[in-house]
Amino acid sequence: MRMSKIVRLSADIMFPFVVIFGWYVIMHGHLTPGGGFQGGAVVATGAALVVVAYSYQEVTAMINKTVLWFQESGGLCLFIGAGLGGMLIGFPFFFNWLAGSGSLFGTPVAFGPNSGDLNTAGFLPLMNIAVGTEVWGGLTMVILYMLSSLEKKQEGA
Amino acid sequence: MLWNLPYLTVVALIFIGMATILLKRNLIKILLGINILESAVNLLIIALGYREGGVAPIFTLAPSTYMVLPTPQALCLTSIVIGVATSALLLSFTMIIYRKYGTANVDEMRELRE
Amino acid sequence: MILDFIFINLPALVVAVPLLAAFISPLVGRISPAVRKYFVLGATALTAAIAMILAASVYRYGTRIYVFGAMRPDLAVPFDSGGIPIRIMFTVDAMSALMEVIIAVVGLAIVIYSLSADENRSGLEQYYTLMLLLICSSLGMVTTGDLFNFFVFIEISSMASAGLIAYRVEKGRAVEAAIKYFIVSTIAAIFFLFAIAILYGQYNALNIAMLASRMQFSLLDKVALVLLIACLATKAGAVPMHFWTPDAYSLAPSSVTAFLVVASQASLYGLFRYIFTLYNLSLNAATVGWVLIILGMLSMFVGVTMAIPQKDVKRLMAYHAISQTGYMLLGVGTGLAVLGNQPMMDAFGRMAMEGGIFHIINHAMYKGLLFLTAGAIIYRVGTRDMNKMGGLGHKMKWTMVFFMIGALAIAGIPPFNGFASKLMIYESVYLFNPVLAIIAMVVSILTLASFVKVFHSIFMGPELPEYKDVKEAPLPMLAGMAILAAIVILFGFFPQQVVDTLIAPAANALIDQHGYITSVLGGI
Repeated sequence: MRMSKIVRLSADIMFPFVVIFGWYVIMHGHLTPGGGFQGGAVVATGAALVVVAYSYQEVTAMINKTVLWFQESGGLCLFIGAGLGGMLIGFPFFFNWLAGSGSLFGTPVAFGPNSGDLNTAGFLPLMNIAVGTEVWGGLTMVILYMLSSLEKKQEGA
Repeated sequence: MLWNLPYLTVVALIFIGMATILLKRNLIKILLGINILESAVNLLIIALGYREGGVAPIFTLAPSTYMVLPTPQALCLTSIVIGVATSALLLSFTMIIYRKYGTANVDEMRELRE
Repeated sequence: MILDFIFINLPALVVAVPLLAAFISPLVGRISPAVRKYFVLGATALTAAIAMILAASVYRYGTRIYVFGAMRPDLAVPFDSGGIPIRIMFTVDAMSALMEVIIAVVGLAIVIYSLSADENRSGLEQYYTLMLLLICSSLGMVTTGDLFNFFVFIEISSMASAGLIAYRVEKGRAVEAAIKYFIVSTIAAIFFLFAIAILYGQYNALNIAMLASRMQFSLLDKVALVLLIACLATKAGAVPMHFWTPDAYSLAPSSVTAFLVVASQASLYGLFRYIFTLYNLSLNAATVGWVLIILGMLSMFVGVTMAIPQKDVKRLMAYHAISQTGYMLLGVGTGLAVLGNQPMMDAFGRMAMEGGIFHIINHAMYKGLLFLTAGAIIYRVGTRDMNKMGGLGHKMKWTMVFFMIGALAIAGIPPFNGFASKLMIYESVYLFNPVLAIIAMVVSILTLASFVKVFHSIFMGPELPEYKDVKEAPLPMLAGMAILAAIVILFGFFPQQVVDTLIAPAANALIDQHGYITSVLGGI
């Protein structure tokens, strides 16, 4: 049983916008409300939209679970690696070694209410990206695994 | 009286959550009770950070510098993430139990006795 | 330079190394499963080494603090913050160091054991990730100096334990045990967060030392204390809340069960830390001490009486774990009940606390050893029911020796380590209230009786025909058991040295709240 043409077409059109909105929330985590987990959850919602519109077999033909597993592990390794980066320079664990240093994300932050510069806040955007990758990988895998056991039950019933 | 409304809501939600966990027999309803309990404690944490006349603690385009406390908001966010992971794990366990035992009713899950 | 770097950053590395190894191990596992086995073993050995070095440095040089994200690791109070420690920090004092030693030794033993015990299963990469996460979160629980950080580590450890308990699905029974454990843990953790919210709302601080210096024992603090005791006693398996323990311990893989004992004791450490360091003399020490003593007596008695009619060997050992937790609560509760009273404290209170804390490390060692031997027997025989076993002593000689060492240690027979800590508890509790000591001794006799029954029904008797070709347990399993047995024998032969170097500083660190606050806030 397939969903009707309207549902599938709407999901196709909405999916890129949902993913872009999720990436926007992740990237601007240090300026506006949001950040890694919230943006990753929005991207996973986009994946859930596609899974609802199409059947499980078609979705797993498009998305490979191993890629999601590596996104999850890779995101976490990037997170801990960014924390350890400060230790190599001589500061404690999770010291913000990029803030105010002039390199990637290094512009010093203006004091008080300002209009928000994306290039600031040190390794916070890096950690947001790492957490966002990990969250959408993990949540999409959870959705796909839960659906796979539903398919197994339907075959057995 | 109106200023105490968040705290009264917290108490009401805790009662509803605990009543659901203790009185319902279906495993999914028990998990929903755990979610209600979690939402109540998150509401308490956020309500504790309120300062009268304060704005949201965001410096980008802020209208004033008198802000509510940001630390409870970080605690609540961590707690919500933990709640998501807890719910996902509990639901996966429920699915496996339903597949193996054929029922989601806690009265009928008595394989482990004594 | 490398050694200096490692030495300065030890408290962070003790959590960062297993965390990083847990998430790299799936990527390593793509190369081959054998490489992943050696990677996990290497990571656990490195974690154990770091934990032992940190414990040694704390015993030598005093309490260490480590602030995350500051300019220097020991900058607890930034100079522009007005005297408030604003960052998350790890505060490692002598009691934390003792728990780290336990977690390091038992963690290494179980990873060596599970290299061969869980070889032929599917889904191994997630198993090793969860096991390393469990070790990381237990180490984090005992080293942290921040209340919310403790909550996060408790939740990580609940989730990793629940996943590991349900690992062998066994037609749904292990998953039922895991869901029971996880629902109880989650409700306990939510109410723990409620207590944290109450304390934060009153004092606007989450750092334990900061809260301790600001604590006035108001009505809301009493509510928070009740919630803390209830939630942490639930996680530790004390009696009115012990129903998850037999199911979870008996259906988990045996190496996981041996570490679940240690994770329960990390929650017990949390209970003692909050009562002694956060509240100390501001609470009514006699009342709270008696509450702990009553919880301990109920645990001892209910544990051992429910253990006697059991047929499943791991379920029996799980009930004994509940009973031994009662001994720890009894010892430390007696010390708490005489906390303000200096002459009684010198006479028997300090010895009671040292006995209770010594019992923590002894229990982790001999209970871990017993669970590992039970796992070896189940691995070879294939059933958990003791009525079907018999005559295994002919073939599994080394397993029988290790089981005997563990059984004699738990019953409190000299020269093993159980005798030393139980004797300290009996002597001091007898001076406090003789009835408690007599009940404790009766429980010890019942423990010996039930383990004699287990030993006889598993190992003695003629060799049964269906177990003709049962061989000895594989070598990694025997190596894991040997590590724990060596500590049991060593601590049994030299108890006075162990108490002087390891246990007495830990008991002093718990009693001395002012020293803890001074080491964090810097001499106020």
